[in-house]
Amino acid sequence: MARIECPECGHVEETTGLVTICPNCKADLRTVMAEMGHRRERLREVAHDDSMTTHEYIVRTKDLHKIYKMGEVEVPALKGVDVNIRRGEYLSIMGPSGSGKSTLFNMVGGLDKPSRGTCFIEEVDMAQLDAFELAWLRCRKIGYIFQTFNLIPVMTALENVTLPMIFAGMSSDEMMERGALLLDLVGLGERLHHKPYELSGGQQQRVAVARSLANNPAIILADEPTGNLDLQTGKEIIDLLKELNEESGVTIISATHDLKMIDVSDRVIHIRDGQVERIENRADIDLEVGTLGQ
Amino acid sequence: MIKAELARKIYKSDTDWGQVQRQITLPWREAFRISYRNVIMRLGRAMITGAGIVLGIAFLTSVWTAKVAQEGIDRYEAQSARAIGEDEGAMAPGAEEAKAEEEARAARQTWLVVMSLMVSAVGITNSMLMSVTERFREIGTMKCLGALDEFIVRIFLIESIVLGFIGSLVGALAGHGIMLLVYIAKQSGVAAMMNWGEMLLYIVIALGIGMFLSLIAAVPPAMRAAQMPPAAALATEV
Ligand SMILES: Nc1ncnc2c1ncn2[C@@H]1O[C@H](COP(=O)(O)OP(=O)(O)OP(=O)(O)O)[C@@H](O)[C@H]1O
Ligand SMILES: [Mg+2]
Repeated sequence: MARIECPECGHVEETTGLVTICPNCKADLRTVMAEMGHRRERLREVAHDDSMTTHEYIVRTKDLHKIYKMGEVEVPALKGVDVNIRRGEYLSIMGPSGSGKSTLFNMVGGLDKPSRGTCFIEEVDMAQLDAFELAWLRCRKIGYIFQTFNLIPVMTALENVTLPMIFAGMSSDEMMERGALLLDLVGLGERLHHKPYELSGGQQQRVAVARSLANNPAIILADEPTGNLDLQTGKEIIDLLKELNEESGVTIISATHDLKMIDVSDRVIHIRDGQVERIENRADIDLEVGTLGQ
Repeated sequence: MIKAELARKIYKSDTDWGQVQRQITLPWREAFRISYRNVIMRLGRAMITGAGIVLGIAFLTSVWTAKVAQEGIDRYEAQSARAIGEDEGAMAPGAEEAKAEEEARAARQTWLVVMSLMVSAVGITNSMLMSVTERFREIGTMKCLGALDEFIVRIFLIESIVLGFIGSLVGALAGHGIMLLVYIAKQSGVAAMMNWGEMLLYIVIALGIGMFLSLIAAVPPAMRAAQMPPAAALATEV
């Protein structure tokens, strides 16, 4: 319930969001309501800033810009993105094609350098890291999942999963055991020695999920993980990610077009033209869904 | 549903990341295993890549085999000539001509060797270049998983040497074998007349050239790919 004051006649209406027209003077209340929602959002964010240490944000981006230069033409893909991502949350990044989701994904994952601004992972400024530290970060801290799976084609499922462990310097026995465990976790315990081409798309993506967990990362970054999967298989991957998020507390950041993702997300960041358009919270989403249901 | 005890084993709850560290490894043993796997697994593809090497080295070796065989025959004929007509005195009038012809043949030989080296270089460079470019995405992926640039280079270095060695060996044996057969058809006893020490040396040199060429053809593009930001390597379409 929210109290809304009509800008035309001053009438105060208590509403759950269903009433959008002032019962007194018939003025449209939607703009006011949107503004209130926006303010509430801000308030919540400020409250968070105060009540928790900044370290609660596992990822922060500051004024992130990315401009691609194509010969003479400059294509701005990100135009000042500031997002704070909380530890342990399931965050979806949505937006139309070309809005800059993958670009943001690349910046946060340390796969490309921003043209301006910076990105902090656990308060470490990525721009300050050297090649070794960056590799360490990619290896140990972040797990990546791609739309196209990106498994190494000549390696078996198990070898794919253990590759990041080799880089992390894990012993061979430990590696094999953990690799098998991870594949079992994603439901591929029987497929350890299959090559990617012997697996279905959904199974390949499961291997990728297992691989992303190889070194027990703090963050899983997924760029359209369901983009190449059918509805049902996509749903399974989403559920798997959600389960991981809940059970291990790993932060999941996923760029997606997939509306099914919204159901499991704690927050949804909407991006348009390289800028954050709005941020939706779980609570608001529930409200919307509830309202629609009535 | 995730089995609880499985989950507990996998997520170490005590994970404390602390400082960003920099310890990332790829032991040579693992690098070699990965590279070897790559060559073996892609054998079909590697054969096509390797064909450039095989052909180049086969050409080179065949030229050298012809040279050694011809020299053997010449030596043999010279000996028999001497044995027959020892007292015919100085082989006065023909000597000049023979010498000129000898020189012309040497020049032709050199030209053939240079040509075949060029054929090898072009074939090998081209095929290794192809095999690296079609794996940009894989390189990007490896970097996402934490590979340092030098790991990528290391893997391609080993791979190109292994591939270079296999390709050159096949090429050398083929080129040598075929040319030898040609000479045997011409003069059946040629094998006994040849200087096998020299022949072996040439084959070893051919192997070295094949490996070296495939190395210098593969490593610079692999280096370039390794130095690209992973996002760019991943986005490369071939
Ligand atoms: N390597 C590149 N070179 C030039 N322009 C690029 C490059 N990568 C992305 N862009 C441009 O940047 C903008 C954002 O692209 P991005 O891939 O981030 O979009 P996206 O939101 O991921 O879209 P999609 O949903 O289709 O994957 C687009 O206009 C795109 O053309
Ligand atoms: Mg994208």
